[in-house]
Amino acid sequence: MCLVLSNQKSNMKLYCLSGHPTLPCNVLKFKSTTIMLDCGLDMTSTLNFLPLPLVQSPRLSNLPGWSLKDGNAFLDKELKECSGHVFVDSVPEFCLPETELIDLSTVDVILISNYHCMMALPYITEHTGFTGTVYATEPTVQIGRLLMEELVNFIERVPKAQSASLWKNKDIQRLLPSPLKDAVEVSTWRRCYTMQEVNSALSKIQLVGYSQKIELFGAVQVTPLSSGYALGSSNWIIQSHYEKVSYVSGSSLLTTHPQPMDQASLKNSDVLVLTGLTQIPTANPDGMVGEFCSNLALTVRNGGNVLVPCYPSGVIYDLLECLYQYIDSAGLSNIPFYFISPVANSSLEFSQIFAEWLCHNKQTKVYLPEPPFPHAELIQTNKLKHYPSLHGDFSSDFRQPCVVFTGHPSLRFGDVVHFMELWGKSSLNTVIFTEPDFSYLEALAPYQPLAMKCIYCPIDTRLNFIQVSKLLKEVQPLHVVCPEQYTQPPPAQSHRMDLMIDCQPPAMSYRRAEVLALPFKRRYEKIEIMPELADSLVPMEIKPGISLATVSAVLHTKDNKHVLQPPPRPTQPTGGKKRKRASDDIPDCKVLKPLLSGSIPVEQFVQALEKHGFSDIKVEDTAKGHIVLLQEAETLIQIEEDSTHIICDNDEMLRVRLRDLVLKFLQKF
Amino acid sequence: MPEIRVTPLGAGQDVGRSCILVSIGGKNVMLDCGMHMGFNDDRRFPDFSYITRNGRLTDFLDCVIISHFHLDHCGALPYFSEMVGYDGPIYMTHPTQAICPILLEDYRKIAVDKKGEANFFTSQMIKDCMKKVVAVHLHQTVQVDDELEIKAYYAGHVLGAAMFQIKVGSESVVYTGDYNMTPDRHLGAAWIDKCRPNLLITESTYATTIRDSKRCRERDFLKKVHEAVERGGKVLIPVFALGRAQELCILLETFWERMNLKAPIYFSTGLTEKANHYYKLFITWTNQKIRKTFVQRNMFEFKHIKAFDRAFADNPGPMVVFATPGMLHAGQSLQIFRKWAGNEKNMVIMPGYCVQGTVGHKILSGQRKLEMEGRQVLEVKMQVEYMSFSAHADAKGIMQLVGQAEPESVLLVHGEAKKMEFLKQKIEQEFRVSCYMPANGETVTLPTSPSIPVGISLGLLKREMAQGLLPDAKKPRLLHGTLIMKDSNFRLVSSEQALKELGLAEHQLRFTCRVHLHDPRKEQETAMRVYSHLKSVLKEHCVQHLPDGSVTVESILIQAAAHSEDPGTKVLLVSWTYQDEELGSHLTSLLKKGLPQAAS
Repeated sequence: MCLVLSNQKSNMKLYCLSGHPTLPCNVLKFKSTTIMLDCGLDMTSTLNFLPLPLVQSPRLSNLPGWSLKDGNAFLDKELKECSGHVFVDSVPEFCLPETELIDLSTVDVILISNYHCMMALPYITEHTGFTGTVYATEPTVQIGRLLMEELVNFIERVPKAQSASLWKNKDIQRLLPSPLKDAVEVSTWRRCYTMQEVNSALSKIQLVGYSQKIELFGAVQVTPLSSGYALGSSNWIIQSHYEKVSYVSGSSLLTTHPQPMDQASLKNSDVLVLTGLTQIPTANPDGMVGEFCSNLALTVRNGGNVLVPCYPSGVIYDLLECLYQYIDSAGLSNIPFYFISPVANSSLEFSQIFAEWLCHNKQTKVYLPEPPFPHAELIQTNKLKHYPSLHGDFSSDFRQPCVVFTGHPSLRFGDVVHFMELWGKSSLNTVIFTEPDFSYLEALAPYQPLAMKCIYCPIDTRLNFIQVSKLLKEVQPLHVVCPEQYTQPPPAQSHRMDLMIDCQPPAMSYRRAEVLALPFKRRYEKIEIMPELADSLVPMEIKPGISLATVSAVLHTKDNKHVLQPPPRPTQPTGGKKRKRASDDIPDCKVLKPLLSGSIPVEQFVQALEKHGFSDIKVEDTAKGHIVLLQEAETLIQIEEDSTHIICDNDEMLRVRLRDLVLKFLQKF
Repeated sequence: MPEIRVTPLGAGQDVGRSCILVSIGGKNVMLDCGMHMGFNDDRRFPDFSYITRNGRLTDFLDCVIISHFHLDHCGALPYFSEMVGYDGPIYMTHPTQAICPILLEDYRKIAVDKKGEANFFTSQMIKDCMKKVVAVHLHQTVQVDDELEIKAYYAGHVLGAAMFQIKVGSESVVYTGDYNMTPDRHLGAAWIDKCRPNLLITESTYATTIRDSKRCRERDFLKKVHEAVERGGKVLIPVFALGRAQELCILLETFWERMNLKAPIYFSTGLTEKANHYYKLFITWTNQKIRKTFVQRNMFEFKHIKAFDRAFADNPGPMVVFATPGMLHAGQSLQIFRKWAGNEKNMVIMPGYCVQGTVGHKILSGQRKLEMEGRQVLEVKMQVEYMSFSAHADAKGIMQLVGQAEPESVLLVHGEAKKMEFLKQKIEQEFRVSCYMPANGETVTLPTSPSIPVGISLGLLKREMAQGLLPDAKKPRLLHGTLIMKDSNFRLVSSEQALKELGLAEHQLRFTCRVHLHDPRKEQETAMRVYSHLKSVLKEHCVQHLPDGSVTVESILIQAAAHSEDPGTKVLLVSWTYQDEELGSHLTSLLKKGLPQAAS
């Protein structure tokens, strides 16, 4: 049980643990709860490493060691040079979210918005003392598991003896060429987790459905909403009865395969945290898909092979669907399509069973009943084949020219490394980049010089800035909080003032390792009035449509819930022991007198006095009101607009009679 | 007094045409809209005139909820929505939405095409009816309107079956539909959280049964099939296309695999193959084991079970055939039955309940000479077996669910009156809650006393809670405030704030009492004596002597003045406001008693 007693000034804070705008990791302190929003893993760090070849690559193993300008070669075991770029020759490492900014063992729950934003989960749940619960939708968990499984598999099946660390030394890092010199937070970089850690992390997840209301400690309610970006992807509402935070992460308004985004539920937010916008704001996904298809067709028609570095789930479903419609018209019916991933089969199977998480068109197909994705038919007709790896069956089935979908999009590990080595030397072949997470030039750097064609068709269906400003106008949050990258134009397009968030008041921005105080003006809290108490209340209409009732009640607070119960019957003080015992149970019953309001009409008051047996009443006018004199009783009553003063002898009976007469004309509050 | 009202239009002390009206918090909800298998006249559908005699369905009902696709729960839906006329929302889960129209169409075909009924709903009506359906996810809170919300829980029983919580404010009802508390070979067990509804409406098909272990029944079933096949017999299993059919297929499939049996198993085509597709695509609704292994092996892709062709029935040698419909009242199952009935080596296994009047019911009740159409008499020599594979909770399961949900009261439907009576007593004894079992058309009224949620101003709450943090924190405290009620918006604020918000001025009521005191000393000295006296008597209060000679007790002012006529008497003017009434009154009576002499 924890007691919520928040200041009127906000003690709601946002701890920003990741600097990557599309792989966020924030911790929200909201009322008495500590909620982690996503735990994205920044994998761009791997671009600084040499690729892990699945098959021994003479080229990669013969790259020269790198030496300082003065010829000092003490780093040549750790760093290798390729076409003017320097790479770390080591097991690749990932850039973790900040773990020192806040004690992560205090995190109560982790909310996951989509499968790309959970890749750091094992690092958090297994190594920080975390004991809470993780919430995510079923597709997010299942596909997230596949992504992690693939990642672990890619790295573990190519054991690398060497783990370089010398170069990370701050004094040495300064001496290195870019981009290694500028790599940030290198001390937090970690090697990949194991499958055991993945399983343990995933076992902490509790499955949730869209629009499910999940109560946290009685104080806060969290709800996932469809975000339209991927299977099971969600935005989250975090709210109490009087405060609402919307967490928007990886959302899309395009109609691809997932259920459309739920925008209406984001309305009336005090704070909207906005992350996961498109990384390619200038590219139109539809146009990119068209370009993808035509480049693919062109290459295979000329006898070349096409390599598509990709994740095993997500956009690949849409690409396969486009190809399904395109293959025959483009005369590609005889070209084999290969999908190679340790989780290829699972991914294709899983995509077909999440009918409830799909867009309406696909749902309708399931009702027929037919598989929602046409890749089922591609597989049935043998146009698409999938393999766990290029070893085994694939090597005997392999026919060229062909199209290969395989990972990892960073080109640093996975089967894609082999295909780059295999096809890189021929200009007939093409590599088409569709995943937007890695700069394709950096991804290609360790393969230079390359003869194969490189096409960049990034498909990022997440919100662009035009959609964001429309969304914000629609849902009207009081405040917007976002990564700093969104509050200025992209560095490469500094003149494009349209490529940033434009809202009023201006968005509050955060960067890695910052703590933001969120602007809340809490004024109300929910309280329950018990039925017995409610029955005893006497409402009176003060103005048309507005009624009032004075409430004197006992306040009980338990598990962050407040309840008002009727006050105990006043027990007559009977003195002695008995009274003492009674007072233990009775609340501090110093009955407060209500405030009074209204005014006293003199004439009616005098009439009332007469009716109650007073005689010899004299009324005098004064500047502000009247004085009523009861000469016999030597009593004087001053009546003004907002005050009444009864001046009398010490005759309690008389005073109480007069008091009650006066009170009849006044309203109590 | 707020109340919850429940009226079964069907399934009240009966199995069939489930249809229950619930009024809660001013909202009216219809739970299920089924048909009755035992009737072919008006009684096959619920009596909607109960509602329509007072107006239109759409005006009366806020929503309709369908628990699962069995026709005794959804069979009247197109009649209800298209022929009687209802345009509001109909809620059901995705699998129910997918499968329900197919069963409705099947039902329509049998009624119209086979039995030649007129004035039945049409295919188009089924389509139009399904357009009014809104699909819900498990655990999703669906806001029907601003006040009414519903939430679905997993119920087992058949693919997509759900229990529903219906909630208005702090009042709620849970309706179970049909459910199963033990996982079977393809579905999981029903589950609900401790949601403490005011009322739990539960089915009670097996109100008095404690079933033996399912393993035993399964073993028995397999043994019988195996024996029949071994002796070269043909086994007919009449089933409905969805539900138990899949369960039994999985059972036989794994048995065939384990025993390496070669006799063919057939499944009558059409619906059933399609049905297996639904199970494959909605695999997330099946049990954990199937979900976990579906990538390696989809349990609904049967290796040993092949599609049936009418000509196969005459093939020599043993075989097992699943054929629809389940009660042998028409169609393929009846055709095959007629072919095989004369041979004592053959066997028919009825895996579920059969309604009176069907061939299934006749042979189960021991009849061996059946009169078929055309005065033909069919002699049944084949072995007839009955085996309950219905996926309903038994008495133990029902008690378990009541324990899980912790309702304030329970209402039984979908069962036989006698058995309900027994279960009702059991529930009342064990859980100490009242239990009802209304007949159709009978209304149960439950008074409720919901608490009223209001917004309390943080200032007022914190003022109180800060006091609550004092050493005496355990002791509950009295809170005083003003409740402002505007439309449906209730706010509790401090009295000062209430006055301010309403633009009202405070009216100050002040009293000044003259207390005559016999004291010849100077006023200042009198005041001093009053001060020391009160200081010693009123230890719990703040008593002060001000420089101007007056004395205060908290905010009560006491001044001493000379008497205009009697120099031996002083007049104490005690002045307080209405808010200090108790203390002021107490003070005057105290002073009236005079001052102790020792004080001088």
